[in-house]
Amino acid sequence: MEKFVQLVVDGLSTGSVYAALALAIVLVHSATGLINFAQGGMAVLAAYFAWWLTNQGLPLIVAILLSIVFSFVLGAAVERWLMRRFERGDPDTAIVVTVGLLTLITGIAGWLWSYNNQQFESLFPLDTVSFLGVSVSVRSIGTTLVIVAAMILLQLLFVRTKLGLALRAVAINPQSAAFSGLPVGRLLMVGWGLAAVLGAVAGALVAPRLTLTPGMLDNALVYALAAVILGGLTSPFGVVIAAWLIGVLENLAAVYVPFIGFDLKVAVPFILIFVVLLVRPQGLFGRKTVVRV
Amino acid sequence: MTLLELEDVTAFYESVQVLDGVSLSVPDQGAVGILGANGAGKTTTLRAISGTVRTGGRIVFDGKDIRGMRPDQVAALGIAHVPEGRGTLGDLTVRDNLRVGAYLRKDRKAVDTDIEYCLDLFPNLQDRITSNASALSGGEQQMLAVARGIMSKPRLLLLDEASLGLAPSTARNVYDAIHRLRTESGIAMLVVEQNANLAFTLVDSATVLETGRNVLTGTSAELRGMDEIRRAYLGG
Repeated sequence: MEKFVQLVVDGLSTGSVYAALALAIVLVHSATGLINFAQGGMAVLAAYFAWWLTNQGLPLIVAILLSIVFSFVLGAAVERWLMRRFERGDPDTAIVVTVGLLTLITGIAGWLWSYNNQQFESLFPLDTVSFLGVSVSVRSIGTTLVIVAAMILLQLLFVRTKLGLALRAVAINPQSAAFSGLPVGRLLMVGWGLAAVLGAVAGALVAPRLTLTPGMLDNALVYALAAVILGGLTSPFGVVIAAWLIGVLENLAAVYVPFIGFDLKVAVPFILIFVVLLVRPQGLFGRKTVVRV
Repeated sequence: MTLLELEDVTAFYESVQVLDGVSLSVPDQGAVGILGANGAGKTTTLRAISGTVRTGGRIVFDGKDIRGMRPDQVAALGIAHVPEGRGTLGDLTVRDNLRVGAYLRKDRKAVDTDIEYCLDLFPNLQDRITSNASALSGGEQQMLAVARGIMSKPRLLLLDEASLGLAPSTARNVYDAIHRLRTESGIAMLVVEQNANLAFTLVDSATVLETGRNVLTGTSAELRGMDEIRRAYLGG
């Protein structure tokens, strides 16, 4: 039982990191109709920035907050000076550009800080607390709670604020939004900036566990994409649930299903995707696009 | 006083020239029609004004040259474009569509009053206020599109084919409401319309376009029933 609870909580914590990246991907996709493959790379850059700041003697929490600000600016800049050039062209071109950006960022990070693993301090103590009668790590619980908070904030932003309404309007029909005076370009920059912030949060949460390397989030990106497909591209709530599901099932399968084990656990999300795509192509929580003519 | 003046306006999609010297003027609080066959450049003329197509010539709104401005900058000056195909935001509710229309306004109380006014103008929208725009009928979507346009409190409304694809009685209703809006608000209007008879119920004067240039301009009374109008539409 102890092992089971620990596996579930750890799974939720790993899943939370996938969830943060997946939320960032959904945010950019809903604003631009684009999958940003560089989302993980940008998050790694933010994590390196935070790590570099702590090396300059700044406290960890200050460094992470500054890296979040840095990420917002980075995301907005990428939209303004890179992606906007490809906005009106073929969407496939734009997606390839994001793949190129991922390669570029990984290269720059490796060149600046080498490909060696760097130690990244954890925000949460390495203690364990008693939970349901078993001990679980504070880090896992903290990671999960941060992502829950981020998800709620994001939902509130979109549903309750004028900025959120404007972001949704631009996502649905940029030209129509512009006719109502919405500054489409600036709103897209804000959307990319917010997505990068989510990425930075994911990076700061996962770096202590994986140690910092330029390719640190490559695997997480694959899982995040799986969560996006599983949860449905239109549902922030759905992708978080899907990401947790992936994290937990992957952990459980590795331990309790002998033929999967730790070597094959990477296959678990893809088996899930396969089944979901067959049964519910719009994702577990996504909406079918219904057009009335 | 002239609110909008187009002088020898040209427009291009990529390298294809679509407008070849269109001139027209809309007086303050006036309503002007743009008539013509498919492909004559009616929609492009509106797009030239709202900044969604590359243009040449002079486009002056309220004494300011607006040619080359971005669509959102043009909107901020007080020009609301109700595009062909309506451009309603499908995944947003009717109320949110109206709120998006009022995006630039800071007077929240007056916005609520104006939403009430829109619902009074288009009573069909009243029952659908919490429905997604994509679930509305064609006529309701057109009403919503116009309502969203007036939520920005514009001085000039650009109206593109508001009757397109609607049953004749629905098109009538839409135009009746727009007519009432015109009388009550004094918003100036530039109206593109295939159905000339419908247009004449709303506009004081009109210009007829053929292959991207004006061929005829006159008051509604002068133009009504003229042979050129029929020719412009039927190509005979």
